Amino acid sequence: MTQPVFDMMLIALVLAAGAWSILARSMMTAVIVFIVYGLLLALAWVRLGAVDVALTEAAIGSGVTGMLLISAAARFARDPAALRLPSLSSRALAALLASGVAVALGSLALLLPGDAPSLAAETMRALPESGLGNPVAGVLFVFRAFDTMLEKVVLLLALLGVWSLARDEAWGGAPALKPLVQPQGVLPLLARTLPPIGLTYGIYMTWAGADVPGGAFQGGTVLAAMWILVVLAGLAMFPKVTSPWLRWAVAAGPVVFLLIGFAGFLSPGLFLAYPEGYAKPLIVVMELALTLSIAVILGLLVAGPPAGREAR
Amino acid sequence: MSAADLYWMAGAALTGLGVYGLLVSPHPLRKLLGLNLLGSGIFLIFGVIARRGAAAGLGGDPVPQALVITAIVVAFSATAIAIALLIRLHAEEGSASLDDPPAGNDAP
Repeated sequence: MTQPVFDMMLIALVLAAGAWSILARSMMTAVIVFIVYGLLLALAWVRLGAVDVALTEAAIGSGVTGMLLISAAARFARDPAALRLPSLSSRALAALLASGVAVALGSLALLLPGDAPSLAAETMRALPESGLGNPVAGVLFVFRAFDTMLEKVVLLLALLGVWSLARDEAWGGAPALKPLVQPQGVLPLLARTLPPIGLTYGIYMTWAGADVPGGAFQGGTVLAAMWILVVLAGLAMFPKVTSPWLRWAVAAGPVVFLLIGFAGFLSPGLFLAYPEGYAKPLIVVMELALTLSIAVILGLLVAGPPAGREAR
Repeated sequence: MSAADLYWMAGAALTGLGVYGLLVSPHPLRKLLGLNLLGSGIFLIFGVIARRGAAAGLGGDPVPQALVITAIVVAFSATAIAIALLIRLHAEEGSASLDDPPAGNDAP
């Protein structure tokens, strides 16, 4: 009976990391502990039988979010507002309110119906028709494909939002993220040896995601990480935001998704429905286009808005 | 109490921690950390709901699991925009603080 002990230890660690990232005095400490928190939380997702979610949490919730947070925290380290805590009484009031929320949410567990509603059996019954083996991929690309399409559009809109924060005179330049000038460091070596492994692994994750946990998002994140690594090591530069290939790479995923979606009107007669027997190949095409777009969009989101010549 | 219930309680506690961070943290980036913690607590509760729906040989109901994946991506997108806004604010004002600058005191 070591499993409950493991769960309790894991939960204690997750809660401790979460509390530390809220209460830490230094902003950089808080951010780094938050990244650790994300990785621990990914383990909790594995324990809940959700390996696809665990991979997403580790890649996005911890990894890419963490990169953004670190670069922001480094800029804000000397902000005067960072240490000005509210008075003891307002903190006590906030703690009271927050515990109220936690207790209310926690007690909901006691009100749950005995037999949980589940679409697991129905998903497994319909899954073979799609040719996919991973039920989560089936939900994402067949049963709830509309949600997945909109999710990619949200990501695209986030990039547009970040780009629109560029200064007028900087528009058309390359993103702000600059290489770390560190010629004797370990980064250039890593940036030369890791990408072949990372590229293979990222594409494998996308490909294998049809049948086992993985998929376009997780694979795309690995590819984005490789791109950022190469740029940080100074081996390549981010292209200008006006570059046509960049625009196409960003749009490829949603465009292919929409094209295949509209093609559904021709064959089975429904938006985002796949003609019988062609579901799997069409989904693979969609996933490959999505992987490219996700990798480029994530890389550009980390890179920030175009900064022009007068950057920092 | 089953292991899944333990994770439910953890999700509730993390949500509470997130609310506290959101209310108390003086700096907007710290508030953003609180918001992310709050979100991940809710997602974890959703994960327990998925776990309770385990059937047909699966470890959990794949429908809520897929929804959480979408939720994580949307939360990330919102975080990315928020950070870009803060960085621009910092570049314009010299500080990412949300407080009004005190009257008659020039910003550094």
